[in-house]
Order: sequence, then C-alpha cells, then structure tokens
Amino acid sequence: MVELVDLHKSFGEHEVLRGINLRIPAGKLTFIMGRSGTGKSVLLKHIIGLLKPDRGRILIDGQDVTGFSDRQWQKLRRRFGFLFQEGALFDSMTVAENVAFPLWEHSRLSKREIEEKVAEKLSVVGLLEARDKYPSELSGGMKKRAALARALALEPEIILFDEPTTGLDPILQVSIMKLIRETQRQYRLTGVVVSHDVPIAMRAADYIAILHEGRVVAEGSPEEIRKSEHPFVREFLKSAFEGCHPEEGRNV
Amino acid sequence: MFGFLQYLGRLGLGFVSQAGGMALLFLTTLAYTVKPPYRVRLFFKQMEFVGVNSLLVVVLTALFSGMVIAFQSYRALSKFGGESLLGGLVALSLVRELGPVLTSLMVTARAGSAMAAELGTMRVTEQIDALEVMAVNPVHYLVVPRFWAAVLMVPLLTVIADLVGIAGGYLVGVMLLKVDAGIFIKKMQEMVEWMDIASGIYKALVFGGLLAIIGCYKGYNASGGAEGVGRATTEAVVIASVSILVGDYIMTSLLF
Ligand SMILES: Nc1ncnc2c1ncn2[C@@H]1O[C@H](COP(=O)(O)OP(=O)(O)OP(=O)(O)O)[C@@H](O)[C@H]1O
Ligand SMILES: [Mg+2]
Repeated sequence: MVELVDLHKSFGEHEVLRGINLRIPAGKLTFIMGRSGTGKSVLLKHIIGLLKPDRGRILIDGQDVTGFSDRQWQKLRRRFGFLFQEGALFDSMTVAENVAFPLWEHSRLSKREIEEKVAEKLSVVGLLEARDKYPSELSGGMKKRAALARALALEPEIILFDEPTTGLDPILQVSIMKLIRETQRQYRLTGVVVSHDVPIAMRAADYIAILHEGRVVAEGSPEEIRKSEHPFVREFLKSAFEGCHPEEGRNV
Repeated sequence: MFGFLQYLGRLGLGFVSQAGGMALLFLTTLAYTVKPPYRVRLFFKQMEFVGVNSLLVVVLTALFSGMVIAFQSYRALSKFGGESLLGGLVALSLVRELGPVLTSLMVTARAGSAMAAELGTMRVTEQIDALEVMAVNPVHYLVVPRFWAAVLMVPLLTVIADLVGIAGGYLVGVMLLKVDAGIFIKKMQEMVEWMDIASGIYKALVFGGLLAIIGCYKGYNASGGAEGVGRATTEAVVIASVSILVGDYIMTSLLF
C-alpha cells in the first residue's frame, strides 16, 4: 500500500501540491485524474522518489520512505514499474533492447530467456514487428506501448503509469487498458494510473482520486465519484460527456 | 556599484558550487568504478568513440603544430647560430606541453562536447530518470565508462600526437630548412629525458579525466529543453578548455 500524507511541493513560487492526502489501496487499480497541469505527473514522481516533497510523508507498505537515501531507493525501485508520460525510451537502443534493458540489469535470465521474454512482452503490446526499430522511427503511440512493455518487463509489484492510453487510437486505448487491467488482476498488483479519460476510468478503476488545485478533492469507487457533490468533480465529469446524449453519459 | 558586487558574488558562488558538484561527481565516479557490474562493453564503446572520433583531428593538429614550431624555433635559434638544437627544442615543446594540451583541447571539442550533449539530451527527455526508476545508477552506467575511456585514450592520443608532431618538425627542419638529419635526431635524443615524456603523459591523464568529468557534469545537470542542452554543451567546452590551460600552467610550475 502507498500512503501520501500532507504532501507539499513547489517549484519556485509555483505551489503545485498543497497538501495531498491519499491512501492508494494495495492490490487495486487506482486512477488519479485532474486537469492538465494540476500536478498528476509530479505526484506520481514523488511516489517513486524522483522528486522529493517540500513537506509531508510518503509511506510504502507502512514504511516511511521520505528520507530514503539513493541506495535505499535503488533497492526499493526494483519492485516498481514506471511508465513516463513521454515514454523516456533510450534513444540509443532499439525497441527490443529497451525492453531487455531491465532484464539484463536485474534478472538472472540467460540471453535466450531474455529474448523470449522480450518477444512475449512486445507481442502483448502489438509491437513485435517494430522490435529492431529505434525510438526516433516510432510514432507517439508506438513509443508509449514500447515504454509500457519495458515497464512490465520485470513483472513489478507496484505499477505507476502516467497516461498509458493518451495518444492511442480508440481500439488501442481499449486493448492497452485491458492489458493493464488484466495484468493488475492476475498478479494482484498495486496499480496507479494517471489519466484524464473519464469513460475509461469509470470502467477500469477500482478507486479514483481527483486532483484539483493541489489537493485531492474527491476519492472513492467510480460509483462514489459519480455521485460526488463537489462542484469541480461535477464539472469535470460533465465535460467528459459534453455533446453526448445525457442517457449515455449516465450509463458509462 | 552594489549591483556589480552582487553580480560578482553570484558569479563566485556559482563557480564554487559548480566546482563542488564536479568534485563530487568525480568522487562518485571513483566509488562506482569498483562496484559491480562492470560494464566492459560500454567502456570499449566509449574508448572507440573518444579515440576514433578524435584521431584525425589530433593528427592534423599535431602535424601542423610540429611544423610551425620548427619554423619559429629555427628563426630564433639561427640568431645565435644554434640551429643544431632544433630537433631537441621541437621534441621538448611537443612532448612536455603542446602534445598533451592540444590533444586534450581537440578531444574536448570532439568527445567532451558530445558527452555533454548526449547526457544533456538524456536528462531533458527523462532518460536519466528512467535509468533511476529502473534501479540503475546513472553515474555508474553513464559517467564511469566515459570517464575511464577519456583517462585512457587521451594519453594514447597524446603519444600519437607527439610522434606525428616530431615528424612534422623533422619534415620542416630537415627537408626544408636543411638542418642535418643526424644532428636533429641526436639533439632530440640528448635533450628529451624520460621524465619529460612521463610528465606529458601524466598531464594527458589528468586532462582526460578533467574533460570527461566537466562534459558529463554539464550534461547531467542540463535543464530547459534543447536550448538548455546547447548551453550545457557550450559551457562544457569552454570550462574544460580553460581548465586544461590553467591546469597545465599549475602542473608545469608546481610539478615539473
Ligand atoms: N521540473 C519542474 N520544474 C518547474 N515546474 C514544474 C516541473 N515539473 C512540473 N512543473 C509544474 O508543475 C505543474 C504540474 O505539472 P504536471 O506535469 O504534474 O501536470 P500534469 O497534471 O501531469 O499535467 P498533464 O495532464 O498535462 O500531464 C505544472 O504547472 C508545471 O509547470
Ligand atoms: Mg502529466
């Protein structure tokens, strides 16, 4: 379980996180939602220690990791799979080498076993044909899927995915979300997905937290979120269905 | 007036903090060097990069420098009839000063700048963060192989530069200015001691480490997109070049 207690973070004058309190349940898929620029990516980077809070604490499985040293983080991070919003693929490596990278570094698998595993991960995200391409030769959506395959390569216990479906076509969006959902269910992973896609979140999430002006303004099951009285949450949900038939909006 | 003092103060603080950061990066690099896994393949790749990339430009620079020194020294020596010393003078200047300094400056321009640009790009596109997230220490993975590649290749390139430069001097001195070939070689052997050669190599070793740490430091701490990477690269080349020249003066005056 990941727990954030009164998390504050500013960049210069700009206060991004202003007291985040959130318990991310273990073994569940939690969606973090909110408008562009509210600090979702910043929040996610705090959970894995890439950014340090100005104030507040981060607890992972009850252990306070806020003051962890680089070495302690390095050990802890092997349990995580992290997907960057922009992918962050190594551009000096091919797609297959990118996916193999964490395996070379941290597993004791043989070359053959690594190759098999890479092929398996790439075929799940539908990128087997692009295995020998370099990131600069990929489309945005392909990069995202390659990065997703890399994040899943070591079979992590906790997955943190920053907008895994943004920039994909509708068919891929559904299949990638299904993949994340199934992986999470199968291994009972603790999953955190950042997204602004309301319909997808409503279908896939066990738990949703909505960020606004540096705080969590609503959290709960999709059902509870839908019933929320908070004006921002209502507006956020409503605009997701703008132009849709009202009946449809209620049914997702 | 006050504004100017403030400006100086900030400049000074910036200098101290950067120097401190570089020293820290140097120590971290040493510490990670002895830690497994040893990424031999990356090390060879960097050696190839530093060596092969800079070889041509180092050879050209050394050749023409050797030729110019021969001309200039000949002019000076002929004023008191000391032409016979030409070989020794050319070889000494090259082996002690110009070989290591020019080689390091050329490697800075070719490889040091590339280190800053590469690491800088990795920084601003979150690839360095990606390494950290995958529990791979970026200094271990990126800086250690580059540092040792430079520390090894710059002395090697310096030896090549020395030889090529002396050949250039011989060409001008013996072929063009008609100094006797036997005397040229003999004076060279008399005047250049092992100590001189060693001091040049020793300098090259230090300069190689210096340019790699500065290039890596600047790239590693780059920020602000493509413009930031450009700035980091320029600064790396300027700082490394100045450090090499200042370091050369310090080492020459204190040690040799
Ligand atoms: N390294 C940084 N330095 C300065 N400001 C930053 C930095 N990282 C993020 N910010 C600021 O923090 C705010 C939140 O950024 P963040 O990337 O978390 O937004 P987001 O919620 O993920 O948005 P999006 O949905 O568009 O990805 C932004 O206003 C941004 O300007
Ligand atoms: Mg974001």
